[in-house]
Amino acid sequence: MRVSALLARLELNPESVLVICGDTLVTRDADLGDTDEVEIRPVISGGAA
Amino acid sequence: VKCRVCREPAVIDVRRHNAAFCGDHFLHHCREQTRRAIHSQRMLTEGEQVLVAVSGGKDSLALWDVLLELGYRADGLYLGLGIGEYSSASRDAAVAFAEPRGLVLHEVDLASEYGFDVPGAAAATRRAPCGSCGLSKRHLFNSVALERGYDVVATGHNLDDEAAVLLGNVLRWETDYLARQYPVLPAAPGFVRKVKPFFRLGERETAAYCVLRGIDYQVEECPMAAGNRHLGYKEVLNTLEDRSPGSKAAFLFGYLERAHERFAGDADEERAALRTCAGCGSPTPGELCAFCRLQERAAPGHRAPVELGPTR
Repeated sequence: MRVSALLARLELNPESVLVICGDTLVTRDADLGDTDEVEIRPVISGGAA
Repeated sequence: VKCRVCREPAVIDVRRHNAAFCGDHFLHHCREQTRRAIHSQRMLTEGEQVLVAVSGGKDSLALWDVLLELGYRADGLYLGLGIGEYSSASRDAAVAFAEPRGLVLHEVDLASEYGFDVPGAAAATRRAPCGSCGLSKRHLFNSVALERGYDVVATGHNLDDEAAVLLGNVLRWETDYLARQYPVLPAAPGFVRKVKPFFRLGERETAAYCVLRGIDYQVEECPMAAGNRHLGYKEVLNTLEDRSPGSKAAFLFGYLERAHERFAGDADEERAALRTCAGCGSPTPGELCAFCRLQERAAPGHRAPVELGPTR
């Protein structure tokens, strides 16, 4: 499955996350394997100071 | 997607630049954007001693790293805000960055030195914690920098932070805040210079920078910020950005280049009318500064802080 399709399925805005496959950052056109371990890391922080 | 520079496989796309980068060229991109921000706004000069406001999150640790990579002399300041496990993990991340690199990390603990913490201040004022937190940070970054002889305080505010603050200020036409919203605020009596060298980098970029540099930062969001207005503005802006890449940068940079000047006079007037706080000596429009008033409410009777010391 493509990263972009995964994010769409999870209803996540690609602007607000990084996708890390194993130890590597991946772009939204990358293909993920069925057994890949994927971390979707939010990047939004909220302090308004 | 291939790296815009070397055509090797890319690890991150930056749609606002219509570009993708391999790891090495992405790190170069981050440093170049920071260098450009510093030079274009004359934020720092060679040999100046910089105090980086370090929270343990992605932005401040990436900023500290980039400033050192660019050759600046930069120490860190961590404020203990007393937000339970979140604060402990944040401090651990700041120390884990500083120690192996032999960096100076000053620490100030709000509770032990000023008698209150952020949850306590929120309860005492019956207002959202982010207000007391921001106020305390602004006050202490400035006062510690002055006491310790730093030329400038650098904060990790990024493009997303600044665009979200701008949206909030514009929605309410907060002209006083608009006047002060700029990537560099010059020094003035009682105020050290403040700079935001990351205003050209999005937070997705600062997070990716940390991942690629192997910097372990506090990934968890502050539990007290959940659902705040600022996060709502970021969500709205990211929805726009997804549909139309470059929107956030156009909004912020357009303001800085073409509109800020129209509000800047308000800040000059405000600064000219300041006097000295009876409690701590900081500049203030009233008798007591906002931080001392907060301390009076949150920690009645607490006396002045003790001498600060670096961790190493």
